[in-house]
Amino acid sequence: MREKNQIQDADLEARSLDAICVNESHLKHRWYHNVKYLVVGILFGIIFVKAEVVSWFRIQEMFRLQSFHMYGIIGSAVIVGMLSVWLIKTFNIKTIYGEKIEFHPKTFNKGQLYGGLLFGLGWALTGACPGPLFAQIGTGATVIAVTLLSAIAGTWVYGYVREKLPH
Amino acid sequence: MIEFIKQPWPWYVAGPLIGLTVPALLILGNKSFGISSSLRHICASCIPAGIPFFKYDWKKEIWNLVFVAGILIGGILSAQFLSNPDPVQVNPKLAAELATYGISDYSNLVPKDVLTWEALFTLRGFILMVVGGFLVGFGTRYAGGCTSGHAIMGLSTLQWPSLVATICFMIGGFIMANLLLPLILSL
Repeated sequence: MREKNQIQDADLEARSLDAICVNESHLKHRWYHNVKYLVVGILFGIIFVKAEVVSWFRIQEMFRLQSFHMYGIIGSAVIVGMLSVWLIKTFNIKTIYGEKIEFHPKTFNKGQLYGGLLFGLGWALTGACPGPLFAQIGTGATVIAVTLLSAIAGTWVYGYVREKLPH
Repeated sequence: MIEFIKQPWPWYVAGPLIGLTVPALLILGNKSFGISSSLRHICASCIPAGIPFFKYDWKKEIWNLVFVAGILIGGILSAQFLSNPDPVQVNPKLAAELATYGISDYSNLVPKDVLTWEALFTLRGFILMVVGGFLVGFGTRYAGGCTSGHAIMGLSTLQWPSLVATICFMIGGFIMANLLLPLILSL
């Protein structure tokens, strides 16, 4: 029992250090409840491809200020996201299971500076952030699987050297 | 109708739809939008190697892996049924610049002149795909999120650390695209 608690504590610590994309739901569901995330993912992937967010060329245009396209997409996505979050908070909208929707504040650390810069360099090289990598492979650019594996390796190496890095 | 959908979608259609992913995931199950975490879950599930950073209950986050699998399937579906037969349109200034590096094939969103299996074994292709991929994976985790987790979810919830991260993403991208990439593409 004590061992189990320790694992949970380590889990909580690991999750709180990196409060992005954590599962806030305390409910346990059967596997098929995940199908809804598959559907959202599929729609999201189609939007990514059709809006050319997955295009290496679009990313090059963005970083050379040669097109408004990507700025329009990210900007309008943020505005819609903000409005939605405001509505959820104001009207106390619950999940479809009746749970209260939770938000966790992100804390600042130097990783956002150093890591942010490193990711920016990689973004302009690959022409893709993590989401588009998956979509690009789907469109038939199978070599991007190598890029994805390299990104997984990068994540792993970060985990390995994390204690030695400034945060 | 289908012809209309096959054309590239303008930003004012795609952007708001991407923004709606935020409330969709929250309302469907209290999930915060984020994609780079999936890379961490893959490490935690396949190659944890006793590293504390990968010791957590990744099974709780399977939804995130299902979500990215959906993105991949979305890519397959759009390439099979909704693909645009016309060449990718780019700013003429970019086309002129890329032509000097021998990039002139606009038949695919992922340029066939630089991002292919053959190119992988050239120095240029290796830097773009392998070094680039590594920086994406390392950088997003170090920063605690990517464009979705920081720029979209973070800014939507008014988190200033996410604004810092987003600004750094852009600075890194500007440095690479304008200062370093011309050297790399000339290799």
